[in-house]
Amino acid sequence: MAKTYFSGIFGRSPIKPLQEHMAKVVDCVRELKPFAEAILAGDWDSVNERRAAIITLEHEADAMKRELRLHLPSSLFMPVARADLLNLLQAQDSIANRTKDITGLMSGRRMVMPAPLHEPFLRQVQRSIDATEQAYRSVGELGELFETGFRGAEADLVESMIVELDEIESDTDTIQVELRKKLFPLEQDLPPVDVMFIYMVIEWIGDLADLCHGVGNALQLLLAR
Amino acid sequence: MDHAVLYLTLTAIFGLFMAWGIGANDVANAMATSIGSKAITIRQALLIAAIFEFGGAVLAGGAVTSTIRKGIVDVSLFANDPTLLIYGMLASLLAAGLWLLIASRCGWPVSTTHSIVGAIVGFAAVGIGVDSVKWPSVAVIVLGWVLSPVVAGVVSYLIFSSVQKFILERRDPFAAARRLVPAYMFLAGFTISAVTLIEGFAHIGLPLTMMQSYTLAVAIGLAIAGLGAFFIRRIKIDPDSSRELHFGTIERLFGVLQVVTACSMAFAHGSNDVANAVGPIAAVVSTVANGVVGQSSQMSLWVLILGGAGIVVGLATFGRKVIATVGSGITALTPSRGFSAELAAATTIVVGSGIGMPVSTTQTLVGAILGVGLARGIAAIDLRVVRGILLSWFVTVPAGALLSMLMFYLIRLILG
Repeated sequence: MAKTYFSGIFGRSPIKPLQEHMAKVVDCVRELKPFAEAILAGDWDSVNERRAAIITLEHEADAMKRELRLHLPSSLFMPVARADLLNLLQAQDSIANRTKDITGLMSGRRMVMPAPLHEPFLRQVQRSIDATEQAYRSVGELGELFETGFRGAEADLVESMIVELDEIESDTDTIQVELRKKLFPLEQDLPPVDVMFIYMVIEWIGDLADLCHGVGNALQLLLAR
Repeated sequence: MDHAVLYLTLTAIFGLFMAWGIGANDVANAMATSIGSKAITIRQALLIAAIFEFGGAVLAGGAVTSTIRKGIVDVSLFANDPTLLIYGMLASLLAAGLWLLIASRCGWPVSTTHSIVGAIVGFAAVGIGVDSVKWPSVAVIVLGWVLSPVVAGVVSYLIFSSVQKFILERRDPFAAARRLVPAYMFLAGFTISAVTLIEGFAHIGLPLTMMQSYTLAVAIGLAIAGLGAFFIRRIKIDPDSSRELHFGTIERLFGVLQVVTACSMAFAHGSNDVANAVGPIAAVVSTVANGVVGQSSQMSLWVLILGGAGIVVGLATFGRKVIATVGSGITALTPSRGFSAELAAATTIVVGSGIGMPVSTTQTLVGAILGVGLARGIAAIDLRVVRGILLSWFVTVPAGALLSMLMFYLIRLILG
């Protein structure tokens, strides 16, 4: 009987895979919390376990990224620019990459955080997770955006979600300043190399929210066409 | 005329086979968008298709049938040997049917319209000579093939843009949809019936004046809109849908609208494609009946009824399976998109039927879908496949022509 050449005109929608990728990224970043708690507790078995989980999730996200890229042939006609879409995908993926970097550095060096930093450090991790979740929620509206044609009330809704994301991001900036400020007076009592890397981790964790902000930007670019 | 009964029987069988094939295969593409979006079930689609394909064939199928019968080949040239015309029409039916069988087995995009037009040109060219083909009319038909997807695309772009502007982008899209969906229903009912009525019901003994036609069309449009409004009122916002703007529920409103456009599609398809099966029958019937080639004889209504019935039988036998297969592949099209594409395609096709222009339903629908895509309405369209479908007649027409030449010689060898 007839094969369905007719249905072949519909390419695979990139929305779902894009959202699933972001969901995986969120899973990956969420793991950062138990990881950070294990680091602060000095429980190195647990640290390694958590780190392994994060690596697995990051790999899975990577695989999804590759898969989506392969299914976006240039013959596909989409309401958004292909480049903008790939840009968004890359922005999402970089969050998982950075998460992996952070855990690599901390577990590799068996990093010991000075006690005054514990509370703001955990707060920073939580805010980074919040930022990622907010970015995920924004990307979650893509289906609705495609439905409305990227304008009107739905676009405004996404706009406001991105504004909220920006607020979380500026929150993390504040916490980052606080962390540095608390580390500074402790500097001379700690091994200099350790201090150097603690500064680096503070910076990298701050990057997470920046990268989420990048997802928001990419989403806005997608809308702006 | 010798063998008159034999000729009539053969054409009727071939023609019915063709109509059966149209019902079994072609209707699926016309109905698939409504199935894919889950606006209607397969059972409903079969019912709608049976009623409206038949209605379209009988009420509005005359003009295209007459084009197929005598618009492509200069039938007066067959006056000396009318059996040649009969052989030719038989050959065309066989060739087109055979080509469709081969192509659909291989999953190639083919159109019955392209096959039959190519086949008729083919037999005329070898039966009498290249000059017997009315090339200017053929050129107009080919132009129609190029234009129909373009026109449908522009119309669907405009329809879907209006949906975006007046409904989807609104603060309260649900309320806007509730208000405006009946208006689109009116538009669908009015346009299709206006075009059909103006084309005329003379052949079923109901001549209407222009004024009467328009009045009746408005009445039909209003009736459909009223009925739609009744069903729409019963759709309430789903409290479980947590999404702020309730697009899920809005699509259900468009689903009601898509029932109407699905009917329009079936009607349009019937009105245009029945000719591919019964055009040749009509040619043979008038030749046999008059003993000579009937240039001007009135088309018999029973031929259209036969074609419509053949389509319905095709639907009943294989339609279900094909519709289910094609429909399951088109889930990407939500009702708001599906209705825009269907309304645009149906209108374009019905206008084609009105002016006796044989067009491809599938190509027109693909053009309309592309139009919705251009309005940023579809997540992903594979342009390679679209190109393949839109350019398929480059292959189908010569294939139909060659096969028909072959069949013509064969039939002449056997019967002559």
